[in-house]
Amino acid sequence: MAQTSHGVGGVGYDAKKRAWPAEINVFLALVILVVVFELIGRIFLGDSFLFNTRSDVSGIFNEARLQIIILQVSIVGIIAIGVTQVIITGGIDLSSGSIVGATAMIAMSFAQVATVNGNPNPKAMFLAQGWTDLPVIVPLLVAISCGLFAGLVNGALIAYTRIPPFIATLGMMVTARGIAKWWSKGQPISFPTDSFAAIGKGLMPVIIFLSLAVLFQLIMTYTRYGKHCYAIGSNEDAARMSGIKIANHKILVYVIAGVLAALAAVVLSSKNLTAQSGMGVMYELDAIAMAVIGGVSLSGGRGSIVGTVIGSLIFGVIISGFTFLRLDAYYQEMVKGVIIVGAVVLDQWRQRLRAMRA
Amino acid sequence: MADIVLKTENLTKRYGGVHALEGANFELRKGEHVAIMGDNGAGKSTFVRQITAVEQRTDGKIWFDGKEVNFTGPIAAREAGIETVFQNLALADDLDVPSNLFLGREKVLFNLGPFSILDRKYMRKATEAALVRTAVKIPNLSNTIRHMSGGQRQCVAIARTATFASKLIIMDEPTAALGVQETAQVENIIRTLKDNGEPLILISHNMRQVFDLCDRIVVFRRGRIVANLRKQDTDGNDIVSYITGAKTGEAELAA
Repeated sequence: MAQTSHGVGGVGYDAKKRAWPAEINVFLALVILVVVFELIGRIFLGDSFLFNTRSDVSGIFNEARLQIIILQVSIVGIIAIGVTQVIITGGIDLSSGSIVGATAMIAMSFAQVATVNGNPNPKAMFLAQGWTDLPVIVPLLVAISCGLFAGLVNGALIAYTRIPPFIATLGMMVTARGIAKWWSKGQPISFPTDSFAAIGKGLMPVIIFLSLAVLFQLIMTYTRYGKHCYAIGSNEDAARMSGIKIANHKILVYVIAGVLAALAAVVLSSKNLTAQSGMGVMYELDAIAMAVIGGVSLSGGRGSIVGTVIGSLIFGVIISGFTFLRLDAYYQEMVKGVIIVGAVVLDQWRQRLRAMRA
Repeated sequence: MADIVLKTENLTKRYGGVHALEGANFELRKGEHVAIMGDNGAGKSTFVRQITAVEQRTDGKIWFDGKEVNFTGPIAAREAGIETVFQNLALADDLDVPSNLFLGREKVLFNLGPFSILDRKYMRKATEAALVRTAVKIPNLSNTIRHMSGGQRQCVAIARTATFASKLIIMDEPTAALGVQETAQVENIIRTLKDNGEPLILISHNMRQVFDLCDRIVVFRRGRIVANLRKQDTDGNDIVSYITGAKTGEAELAA
């Protein structure tokens, strides 16, 4: 056959039909948002949102604002990295906020000092047992174990009982919150060791967030695990027919999400120097929103960690922008809601447009 | 028996009281392309599902590649060398072409369990080679399946089966949902497989296609094999009368 090496059907290469990464659109949205705040600031306040206008500080940009933008979303961002992976496999995790609460309480109780200002630590839970001033690795391992256990329960429920992820993680959400309150009978747990307090100090949350984001972006792109996440999310039956062990993979995904929520708990309680049973309320929804704004499809199979990071920055810019414009926090939440829905609607339009072109 | 790739004896499947497949005796030789025809519900897909172990048979024996086999599931069948293109394409829409070709059997650079690093360069090269071998032309390998036409998707699915030097390829109505041009493309791939000596079972309703591509035609009717004819010994009218039951083929089966 003469045509063998060229094939038939007349399909030619068309560079214009190359896939345009969704992340670029999200990034453009971020840029537009910044520009809007910059313009409103210049016109109505006579101040710059992004650039340094003070003569007593050097630098082109307003570095303090840039730091706050990312710092205030770093902890939820860590959760969002795990939630992104869960959503890509076609699942959902509602339990991460409560895992943060429970883990913060349990881990903090192993990170307390024995004496405060010469007196015995009034909040120490394990003073009698002498479990105070422990090396930082102990609370860290305790936290990771908590996240691992919660993720294992989530994953096993979803993989073996086949109940919807929404229900399984809803159960974990309520249970873990209960554990958080029960652990110290509602009392806050405070006075951590210096080494524990160092984990969340200054810009450490940002560094941890971005390092984890880079790590998991690489994992999602270059490893079998990442490939199978996308495969299961886009066609679970095809993945099963191809020999992928769906149950094992799902358990692993929820374990990773649980451990990341636990790490967020460590950073949060370290940053605040205290743990409270109400910590992390609504974090799960913020994390899901960051992922969705970042282009992660709730039906699974599409999205990336990079997108979620940009999504989290959009969150940060909105919060900082509203503070900058001296608008009340009420408006922030209203606009956040509109943006979440808007992001999904835009994504749907884009998909339909592309389907029509193909 | 040496050149027989697949043989079934008295292959039977019942769903409760429904006899979906009754005593099917079937043989496929090396390099042979056999068509399976029959009305809807005649037992064609059921027959394939027993061979590929998507379902477990009620009775009968299967020999594959010289050995009697009892596959526990479709993955075991695939590992033994039976590649199937399913009616509902088993492709992941959001993955690109190489990822789909190697789905579930990715080539890895470093083995780190689930976090094994993929050998993306190798998989891309192998995909290009497979597409050349099967004469499939895909505009851009990095595009996801979602953005491809039905014909391109079917070509990817077929290229996947051909990539893994399988011993037997089964296609369940590969062109049923395709346009004229796309059908021609898929048929060309099947001819390429024939040239490469790869045995094939093709389920099809398309008479022209079957006479174009296959050496032998097996007709199913009401769960039974009613005809097993070499292409040169029959014609379209003959086949239709077997399919509709105007002719019953006890005599021919002995041949």
